[in-house]
Amino acid sequence: MKKLELSDDQVKRYSRHILLPEVGGKGQRKILEGRVLVIGTGGLGAPVSFYLAAAGVGTIGLVDSDTVEVSNLQRQIIHFTHDIGKHKTDSAREKMEALNPDIKVVVHKTRVSSENILSIIADYDVVVDGSDNFPTRYLVNDACVLSGKPLSHGGIFRFDGQVTTIVPGKGPCYRCLFPEPPPPGLVPSCQEAGILGVVAGTIGVAQATEVLKLLIGIGEPLIGRLLVYNALEMKFRTVKVPKNPQCPVCGPHPTITELIDYEEFCSLRS
Amino acid sequence: MGVKVRIPTPLQALTGNNAEVVAAGGTVQEVIDSLEAQYSGLKERICDEAGKVRRFVNIYVNEEDIRFLQGETTPLKDGDEISIIPAIAGGA
Repeated sequence: MKKLELSDDQVKRYSRHILLPEVGGKGQRKILEGRVLVIGTGGLGAPVSFYLAAAGVGTIGLVDSDTVEVSNLQRQIIHFTHDIGKHKTDSAREKMEALNPDIKVVVHKTRVSSENILSIIADYDVVVDGSDNFPTRYLVNDACVLSGKPLSHGGIFRFDGQVTTIVPGKGPCYRCLFPEPPPPGLVPSCQEAGILGVVAGTIGVAQATEVLKLLIGIGEPLIGRLLVYNALEMKFRTVKVPKNPQCPVCGPHPTITELIDYEEFCSLRS
Repeated sequence: MGVKVRIPTPLQALTGNNAEVVAAGGTVQEVIDSLEAQYSGLKERICDEAGKVRRFVNIYVNEEDIRFLQGETTPLKDGDEISIIPAIAGGA
């Protein structure tokens, strides 16, 4: 592949990146060549995709099947009041392309499932999980482990957030951290529990930071560590996440070798 | 011996909205029992019927997951801090 040269406009646009010795023109080119899939264009997906667009990530895929609702606007900053009723992926794409005409936005107006996820993630270098339910989170984890794709995981709940970075083959996966999802109904979703809007921003921006680090190849990603955030205390803590030798998906003797459809998954749990 | 225990948001309704409580015990198991004695109903949220920590809840002694220490029998020493961290799925 021909090495991508930065245009004069790009040198100006990304000058504050290029000034950083850890990034430079070389790092910015890696960002521009990067292909990132963002699953969910909601609380987490909005700041992730907005910042990745600003940073110049060359190809950004958006997966969402929902339309914008008024109750989203308190936190999903990529959607505006006039977008109510519009497909979230279209609404997000418009803002991202307006912010940065350099980038290509690919929309996937669907929900990920065991049927489609492997073919959707195949075209990308890094996957970001901004979904809002356990079945999807385990599906995304398993699909990334099976395809060897790096994954940024983020979760939010009321005033709390969690972030970790999964690089298959290099560190633990989400099932090493939490082997199984809770049975349906035991843990309330955001929809039922509420979320302080800015918490989605804090966690989403942490995920976007991890993506940029992975694309450029700098710093210490949250591999083998879980970042735990509480907004009321304004504290960030990290705990260690060892690779589980008995992990059902990424361990040496996996029992999960194909994807579990999330609806079935739910009924299995009930 | 008293240790500090960090209670996650979803369980704070059971601890009078306290994010941090003090419990007694020389092992993780004893601390869980001490918590249950103070805050009835807490144990069943953390442990299954057999008394094992649920698979979507982790307990950390300082930064270490007890699953990779000695599980529920992990011994505690003065000044240890315990964190209970459940999986959270929200994102939308």
